[in-house]
Amino acid sequence: MAALTESAPVDRAMPAARGRRSPYPAWFFLPAAVIYGVLFLAPTFASFYFSLTRWTLSNSVFIGLDNFVQFFREPFLVQGLVNTVIYAVLTSGLKVVIGMALAVLLTSNIIARGYLRSVVFFPVLVSTVGVGITFTVLMHPTQGMINEGLALLGIKGPGWLTDPKLALISVALVDVWKGVGLATVIYIAGLVAIPKDYYEAARIDGATKWQNFWYVTLPLSRPATATVITLSFIGGLRTFDLIWAMTKGGPGFASDTVASVIYKQYQAGFYGLSTAGNVVLFILIGLLVVPLTMILNRKQGHE
Amino acid sequence: MRSVRSLAGGFAAIFASIVVFVIPFAYIILTALKDRRQAATRDFSLPNGFHLWDNLVQVVTTRNWMLVTAFINSTLITVASVTLIVVFAAMVGFVLARRKTRWNGLIEFLILAGLMIPPAVVPTIWLLQGLKLFGTLHGMVLIEIAYNLPFSILLYRAFIATIPRELDEAAIIDGARPLDVFFRVILPLLWPVTVTNIVVQSVGIFNDFTNPLYYLPGAGNATVQLTLYNFQSQFNTAYNLLFTNILLITIPPLVVFLFFNRQIVAGMTAGAVKG
Repeated sequence: MAALTESAPVDRAMPAARGRRSPYPAWFFLPAAVIYGVLFLAPTFASFYFSLTRWTLSNSVFIGLDNFVQFFREPFLVQGLVNTVIYAVLTSGLKVVIGMALAVLLTSNIIARGYLRSVVFFPVLVSTVGVGITFTVLMHPTQGMINEGLALLGIKGPGWLTDPKLALISVALVDVWKGVGLATVIYIAGLVAIPKDYYEAARIDGATKWQNFWYVTLPLSRPATATVITLSFIGGLRTFDLIWAMTKGGPGFASDTVASVIYKQYQAGFYGLSTAGNVVLFILIGLLVVPLTMILNRKQGHE
Repeated sequence: MRSVRSLAGGFAAIFASIVVFVIPFAYIILTALKDRRQAATRDFSLPNGFHLWDNLVQVVTTRNWMLVTAFINSTLITVASVTLIVVFAAMVGFVLARRKTRWNGLIEFLILAGLMIPPAVVPTIWLLQGLKLFGTLHGMVLIEIAYNLPFSILLYRAFIATIPRELDEAAIIDGARPLDVFFRVILPLLWPVTVTNIVVQSVGIFNDFTNPLYYLPGAGNATVQLTLYNFQSQFNTAYNLLFTNILLITIPPLVVFLFFNRQIVAGMTAGAVKG
């Protein structure tokens, strides 16, 4: 409570002197803090301990770093780690590029703009598992619609989800299909906030369309880019439901990610190892996302 | 105004959107209309008869009306958790935006941590078991609240910062008690952002697959997304039923989309302009 008295100068506008209680009571934090603290923070802290144990839920034996050693020694677990990074980079990169392109297109004077915006955005709201199952059927190597369509064009489609080299990329592409609408609306919000004066000035200077995009649109939509990258990168690192609905990490372990490894180890009853996977994912996100957001925000400050 | 070239570009965009986005949805609908034998070919073709009703009856009654149970469960979880998220998040957002203390930094850090950190699954299950909440609907509600609060708090805080403080002061001078300031002055003003919160969180929680998978096991506890998952293994080749189920669970988000498109976009793009 010491903090409250210290903050009194800031609250000076409030007639605290008359013995009224603050209209900004600290206990307003309480319900949220209890639920968040008990069900999110406490398990997160507990995970650091339990990741160092052999654990059956009823009792745990401290085994030091063995779980982590195992995690980094098993090739398929390491592959899960690498896959996670590939998946996150691929999905967020594609969402930035395609989302930006679509946003430029959908803020231009194009026909059927409302329809196009809706149709691009709608998949964002649809069940991820539903999308995953649908595309699993569409991507079937011989009977799937995608390859049948390609066959009409005389192209022999690959085994999207059955080829170990391609499975992860295929799932990532479906992720982009489902998520690019969100990136697009974020970019649209960013683009319409750019003052028209800049384009006016560029036009007077005789800028081409391409120069317009490169020197006005792109730098001035940096906040949107930062949001898209951060959101989709974190989402990509944590991704589970789409992978699980489409490949269950297969074929073999070709499309396993850390999140699917966590689930598999949990199902197999290796609770300590599963929790170690959680800690690995935690550290991975910390190591990649914190510097990323710092870079994105710092560059923003120069403008 | 429009040149021939831009018109051609427009038609190209429409054509591409149909191939990429419309056809997958059309495929879902067409397959849901087929009988089992025709659906098994997995072609993109017109159904040879209208079998949607038969499929619906089968999907709904299967496994002891599991889909009905699942819809009830999902609705209960969504309504209860979204209601509490809205109230709790507005309270936090209000005090966080109004009162500057040295705790603000820590609270903001925790909010960002909640958005980034993956939940520690097994320790959470262990904790829920200890609290006798594992595999219960109210346990699931509390989990959804804990995981989704940070996003709502951010939305509220940003919005409340735009409401002038003088309003609180005027209310107090008029004799409002501290709680009245929030519940009777501020909360009604938050309506636009509350609608955004309700819509965005409802869609997210209704579509949640991972958390019920972990924390709400058992057939009686099935949620809508999990029926799909159970279904897939059960009717490995009954594609007509599988896609009827997909179609059914796509309807709630579609309705939300038709009525609240603007609010959803507003909620999801918050932060795009100012970072």
